[in-house]
Amino acid sequence: MDAKDILGLPKTPLSITQEKKSRPQKDSQRKPDGISREVYALTGGVAPLMPSIDVSQLKRRPPSDEKITWQWLPFTSSARKDNLQLYHWVRVVNGVPPTGDYSFAKYNKSVDVIRYTDEEYEKHLTDPKWTKEETDQLFDLCERFDLRFIIIADRFPTPRTVEELKDRYYSVSRTILVARAPSPGEVAGHPLVKEPYNVTQEIERKRALSMVLSQTKHQERKDAEVLAEAKRIAESRMAARAAEEPDLPIASDIGPESAERAVGPGDTISPSNVQVPAPAAAPSTSVIADNSSTLASLRMLRVYLRTYALEQMVQAASSSAGLRTIKRVEQTLQDLEVNLKPKVPTKAVCAEHLELRKEILTLLNLQKQLQYKEAEGSSFRDGSYGDMPGSAKRSQRAADQDRTFVLDTISFGGDRGVKREQKRKGPGRASETSSSPAGAHKRPRKMKASDL
Amino acid sequence: MFFFCMIIVQKKMKDVEISVPIVYGNAAFWLGKKASEYQSHKWTVYVRGATNEDLSVVVKRAVFQLHSSFNNPTRIVESAPFELTESGWGEFEIAITLFFHNYVCEKPLNLYHHLKLYPEDESGPMSTKKPVVVESYDEVVFTEPSESFLARVQNHPAVTFPRLPAGFTLPPPVPQDESKRKRGDTKDHPLSQWFLNFSEADELLQLAAARQQVQTHIAKLRRQISLTDGQNQPFKSL
Repeated sequence: MDAKDILGLPKTPLSITQEKKSRPQKDSQRKPDGISREVYALTGGVAPLMPSIDVSQLKRRPPSDEKITWQWLPFTSSARKDNLQLYHWVRVVNGVPPTGDYSFAKYNKSVDVIRYTDEEYEKHLTDPKWTKEETDQLFDLCERFDLRFIIIADRFPTPRTVEELKDRYYSVSRTILVARAPSPGEVAGHPLVKEPYNVTQEIERKRALSMVLSQTKHQERKDAEVLAEAKRIAESRMAARAAEEPDLPIASDIGPESAERAVGPGDTISPSNVQVPAPAAAPSTSVIADNSSTLASLRMLRVYLRTYALEQMVQAASSSAGLRTIKRVEQTLQDLEVNLKPKVPTKAVCAEHLELRKEILTLLNLQKQLQYKEAEGSSFRDGSYGDMPGSAKRSQRAADQDRTFVLDTISFGGDRGVKREQKRKGPGRASETSSSPAGAHKRPRKMKASDL
Repeated sequence: MFFFCMIIVQKKMKDVEISVPIVYGNAAFWLGKKASEYQSHKWTVYVRGATNEDLSVVVKRAVFQLHSSFNNPTRIVESAPFELTESGWGEFEIAITLFFHNYVCEKPLNLYHHLKLYPEDESGPMSTKKPVVVESYDEVVFTEPSESFLARVQNHPAVTFPRLPAGFTLPPPVPQDESKRKRGDTKDHPLSQWFLNFSEADELLQLAAARQQVQTHIAKLRRQISLTDGQNQPFKSL
């Protein structure tokens, strides 16, 4: 079967070759001016709907009523103080060279360094730690290098720290300003007078900065943790203090102290401040903080329902867990045949329920930890990370561990599993749906539809 | 966490709480032959003491907010037993607001109950004799109770009285004239035969068993983790 038959095309090869021959000629004829042939071909050999460049504008010359020449001419710049004669190309219009200063001269900014006279020095500026010669040298360098103190410190003949140089310069300038001013009020607004240079503060600030810069990742993490801790404690203390009488003065001192110390070197923050009750890791102290802030807010309510309180405590305990983890906790509770919301929420029952949830969270964390460590181990042994068979094994084991309790309960006693099935229908179901308010009722209806 | 310790040290009345166990819900009777299209069921929504004791020692009044299709949907019940009987055909959420006596608490408390008329098992026959009953157990917790509150409710069976801090004495209770007041408890209530029993013992047992399982599992995992750590150690030291 010839393709041309199917398509219904004429089978005459002669006419096709004729077409081919004529086409290249046509193409070259059709090429427009102004754009190269290759560029034109980019558009598919077809003109664009809207011309992006107006072809007729492309090679237009500027109106040539002026006569432009370029000349190599000397010039002067107000920025130069010497008599160096420089030359450059200049665009001359109708024989008239351009006027005006060198166009880049305006960028030659410099600092107004105040220079003192010798008498002024004798009168105001003597200092035990500085000789006049040194001070003069300092000011020379300041003027020369536009107050770039790093360079000045580098060039300074005697060894001086940047802070010392800055201190000397700023205090001298300040004194001169004040001395020269007709009245103190006039210079009060001057930045040098208004904000004096504080050497000790500067030294401390730079030291702190360098500490922060040179912190290891580990220290960074520790600092972040402690800061978060401090914040949580401060917040929960706010809540607690609102409910409590104002007779907890001691506690309030701890907050700002630990926050301040956190800025300094990492180790001296005294984590003991934060972890007094138990030497537990940071996560558990944050849980305690959440718990106590929940308790405090409950206390503020004056009256509440036990189920509401339990909800809040459960939320606080799972605040660090993601949605998936929370779902897994609920799945585990179901596997253990424990009601997600207790049927008889007495104080004791709620406490036990909360503890159980926390223990399940611990369990899930440990499972994850174990998975991680086993993955590490297998990657060590296999000699490569992300091994395909290894990871497949891992995910399967993860899936198994997700439902550990199902397997366990089934293996513990077959009849328990059977009883569970039988419990599904009948009065058991009714009581399950009865005690949860509004929202849950949609579910049994849906199940009924599927049962039918 | 010094502030945490401070709270424990300065207990006073701050950690004292009074809790009142309650049960709230509804019982609905199908009207059978007497049922009409819009009045197919006769139902009662109520709040009772969990052990059927009189709640009026703490509750001043209960307000039941019904569906807007009812006449005067806001029904106020000024005395125990705090219940409301109506007839209708639809299931909807009822908001119950409990107002307490001044010496108890100035803030009201809201409960929400979904009215249930039709039995779970749709296929079963509807009986005019046996009602559909749905109840929820909860406890109303009062924090920082005033002395007068404590004095009023000490020895009252409806209230779970807390253990008072050492050395704390209460004024003697104000004698109540029992004879004049209408009986507010629900022990002999006409619906009492249908009331559900709520016992914490079963739930506690279940929770204890579950915790045991979880703890065992945790111990097992901890062992496995330290084992794996040991296996990985030689690799890490490289």
